[in-house]
Amino acid sequence: MALRLVFMGRLETVAGSGERDVPVAATLAGVLAALEPELAEALAAESIKLAVNGALVSDRAALALNDGDELAFLPPVSGG
Amino acid sequence: MARDVRLLDMPFDPQAELTRFSADRALAGGIVSFLGQVRGEACVEALELQHYEPLTLPGMETLANDALRRWPLEGLLVIHRTGLMHPGDPIVLVAAAARHRRDAFAAAEFAMDHLKSESWFWKREKSDGKWRWIEPRAVDFDDLKRWQ
Repeated sequence: MALRLVFMGRLETVAGSGERDVPVAATLAGVLAALEPELAEALAAESIKLAVNGALVSDRAALALNDGDELAFLPPVSGG
Repeated sequence: MARDVRLLDMPFDPQAELTRFSADRALAGGIVSFLGQVRGEACVEALELQHYEPLTLPGMETLANDALRRWPLEGLLVIHRTGLMHPGDPIVLVAAAARHRRDAFAAAEFAMDHLKSESWFWKREKSDGKWRWIEPRAVDFDDLKRWQ
């Protein structure tokens, strides 16, 4: 029973790796509460977008997570 | 083949790609292309582009479809690198073919402005042996507003 967290861009540096498996939590708040405070704060910032299983999430509070879900935390892009 | 959109994790040859793209565009009166490459700045040793598989290529395909809907094109080529690059390496190649030049210019610029500010890429630079993440630039968002 696990969730996969993906940290893109500078979040990878904050987390110390690009990916991490964590125990299943039903809500995003539950996931963040189990992380280091510095990382949780960085992930909760307003500028960070969230995708679950490749689809962007608009209402984080309404999110219901399931075993095997992949949560990608996406900072502002700086491409091209 | 009106649309050719690719995300590459290996170097590519822009001249060969343009030759191939142009060869199939007999109906086009003009082809406008833009090649972006790693800028050779004094202290920059390397550049890395990260992408997120489920979003990056689908986003580039949506962008190409938008351009094809917006202008009457004979073809549109979008190639973007990901991974590790060095000064002088090609990063992005956009080419738009149209019967008339204005449509080709506009579509190529539209595609580039959106790739720079909206596509799912994260960039970091290595200088003095240290990696540093690059933050978005305000000017890229200003460029985008021209199309809204």
